[in-house]
Amino acid sequence: MTHMELWIDILIVLLILTNLKLMGSSRLSACIRTVALQGILLGALPLIAGHGQIPFRVVILSGVTILLKGVVFPWLLLRALRTSNTRREMEPFIGYSTSMLISVGLIGLAMWMGGRLPLPVPLKSPLVVPLALFTIMTGLLAIVSRRKAISQVLGYLVMENGIYAFGLTLAQKEPMLIELGTLLDVFMAVFVMGIAIFHINREFDHIDTDLLASLRD
Amino acid sequence: MSLILTAIIVLCASGLASLGCGRIPGRANAIGAAGTVLGCLIGLAPAAEALWSGQAQALHMAWPVPLGSFHIQIDALSAFFLLPVLGLPAIAAIYGKTYLAAYSGKKNLGASWFFYTILVASMALVVIARNAVLFLMAWEIMSLSSFFLVCFEDEKEATRKAGWTYLVATHIGTAFLLVMFVLLTHHNPSMDFDHFSAAGMNGASISGLVFLLAVVGFGTKAGFMPFHVWLPEAHPAAPSHVSAVMSGVMIKTGIYGILRILTFLGHPDPWWGWVLTGIGVVSGILGVLFALAQHDLKRLLAYHSVENIGIIALGLGMGVLGMALNQPVLAVIGFAGGLLHVLNHAIFKGLLFLGAGAVLHETGERDIEKLGGLMRRMPVTGALFLLGAVAICGLPPLNGFISEFLIYMAALSGMGAAGVSLSGIAVITALAMIGGLAAACFTKAFGVVFLGEARTSATEKAHEVSAAMRFSMAILGLGCVLIGVSGPAVISAMKPVLETVTGYQNYDVAACLAGSLAPLKHISAAAVIFLAAAGVLIWLRRWLLSGRNPAESGTWSCGYLRSSARIQYTASSFAQPLTGMFGFFLQTHQEIEPVEGYFPSKGRLHTDTGDIFTRNLYRPIFKGVERFLLRLHWIQQGRVQLYVLYVAVTLLFLLVWNLR
Repeated sequence: MTHMELWIDILIVLLILTNLKLMGSSRLSACIRTVALQGILLGALPLIAGHGQIPFRVVILSGVTILLKGVVFPWLLLRALRTSNTRREMEPFIGYSTSMLISVGLIGLAMWMGGRLPLPVPLKSPLVVPLALFTIMTGLLAIVSRRKAISQVLGYLVMENGIYAFGLTLAQKEPMLIELGTLLDVFMAVFVMGIAIFHINREFDHIDTDLLASLRD
Repeated sequence: MSLILTAIIVLCASGLASLGCGRIPGRANAIGAAGTVLGCLIGLAPAAEALWSGQAQALHMAWPVPLGSFHIQIDALSAFFLLPVLGLPAIAAIYGKTYLAAYSGKKNLGASWFFYTILVASMALVVIARNAVLFLMAWEIMSLSSFFLVCFEDEKEATRKAGWTYLVATHIGTAFLLVMFVLLTHHNPSMDFDHFSAAGMNGASISGLVFLLAVVGFGTKAGFMPFHVWLPEAHPAAPSHVSAVMSGVMIKTGIYGILRILTFLGHPDPWWGWVLTGIGVVSGILGVLFALAQHDLKRLLAYHSVENIGIIALGLGMGVLGMALNQPVLAVIGFAGGLLHVLNHAIFKGLLFLGAGAVLHETGERDIEKLGGLMRRMPVTGALFLLGAVAICGLPPLNGFISEFLIYMAALSGMGAAGVSLSGIAVITALAMIGGLAAACFTKAFGVVFLGEARTSATEKAHEVSAAMRFSMAILGLGCVLIGVSGPAVISAMKPVLETVTGYQNYDVAACLAGSLAPLKHISAAAVIFLAAAGVLIWLRRWLLSGRNPAESGTWSCGYLRSSARIQYTASSFAQPLTGMFGFFLQTHQEIEPVEGYFPSKGRLHTDTGDIFTRNLYRPIFKGVERFLLRLHWIQQGRVQLYVLYVAVTLLFLLVWNLR
């Protein structure tokens, strides 16, 4: 194992830990900060993984990613959190310890899948694909198991992080325009969701998504 | 080819322009009507040319749709259908301009004209498309635009229900068509119609299945019983000029589809002919019976569309049987009768719907029982309605007689041959019965609506409709007379169409027709003499009455003085002997409070003849489907989280399954 691979693995393990932290914590502000940390780590990943001379476009991309995911999104979400007077995720559909257990199961599943998934390019670290899959699954789990709209936005962001990590491993030659486009998409989504949460809160005095069930026919 | 494309573009453009003027009803109305007339006239030119020369013109362009290509062609069959498809909407547009003016300010007329022009353009595209993808796309646009037209008065619940019924029916029909085209594409590299006919389905085992799917799929649009249930709902709900177009030509695209598919399938089996004949007998007789039991003038006409589609099916059935059994005379005359009836029905049904619309426009009433005495108030409309009624009953000297006569001739010509005799007898019996019942039904409709005294005050205040509306109806009435007196010439002109449908190269189509043209010439001569005699008699009456002062007075009513319009014969009582006789089929729901005692005060009769197929076939099926689907209701919890879970679990399962 070379020096660089060690660093990559350390980052990956940290990323996995942020996922577990997200599933295990009830305080929404802590969750937002965890996701912000995850975004920064993820943005740093291509900088560390690059061989010697790092291309300029990778630097730009990492910079934009870190800026958006580590600063802008948390700021937007924390603001939404303040305006909605929400502190904690109360009574999630799946409890915190159960969520942790499911997450551990999902890690196993992701590891198994990462071993079997046929990939077109050789990987820098065998852990990258499991990390990507696990992050996507964590995001889905957060969306499915939590009540508050903010948690759902976080789940969405985490899922997107997973997709980003997956793209990082495969598409080294992916044009910068596409990546920036994806980032813009996510930015718009978070922006719209932030506004929607603000308005839902103003109309209904809460952001419990399960109460939206009363809208069904 | 450029002309027909220009026509389609003009139609769509004027529709869009009309839609843009939605805020100014007068302008939207004018642009929509003028654009439709212009577009249709441009489109009729290439159709007439193709019919005259017998030469097919085609245009093939690449189209970046899977399996699709923009391939259109005007051969004789397409050209023949283009005549009513573009002719009737143009005439109805002139009528519709005045008819819709009454809704100005209340409704978005621009939208109505937009869908109208789109409907006409898509119908034209349906009959010239030569690629299955293009065809289905045009077919769907046609269905959707007509759905929006039906829903014009969407504030009425009955209209919304009618639109819903139509939408469901038409999509079920399209589903059958989709399966049919997939079967046809089975061995083919593309979905071009050329490949279908070249593939040589001759004797292939699936050709029977393809035929059945075509009968169900296209029959739903055409209105074959028992797939007709949308017709009696949708036609009354739509504005009258739209009813005329839908009933006159849109349902004929179903007939066109069946004929076009038959040209791909090669030599037919005899049972195809029997199926079509059977459908024709059922649709024809039951259609006219249900018409007889209706009180709503437009619903009555809608059931007559079912009846006339039945007559067309009888003609096609004879034609297919003739092809299957190698009897060219039977095949040619059968198809000729069916095809000519397509054109004829477009003309007289268009006329009748426009006439019914004129009555509705003036009185606001579709219920026959509340009308009456309109002949004196609307003499031109009344006379033209009578003309259409005579034509639809198949009476000489008008056009309906010519096509029914051909079908009679076809059935007679096949007599004696194995496999034809029985169906020939069935066709003759059915046609005779349909003719008699139709005559009874239109005696009722015309007599109660136009003769006698007005039954309500709204009817009393009716006036003759505007010149434009009368003009539209008069053109159609003229068409009835012209085809009626020039039968032999019209049928001779249809020779290229019949050659396309039958695919006969080794038989002489003209020779096959000769046998029935001879008596038709005598009939035409007699028709001219009859019309001349009628003209002389009318002139004689005028001449005799000129200078005198005829006075009107009530009929002598046995000394009873306090007569009222309500003691006239009603439509229900007129039809009662016949509806009673066929009560087994009609299953009319009756509520009676009979008059009792020597000085009866109050009595009441309410009858309602719903569709037996809706009640006994479709309602139970749809109820069953609904009950089954309600069992799955527990899946619908309304929680976003749960829906995401469904998606996530499915994806995860698929991924694991794939990596297994």
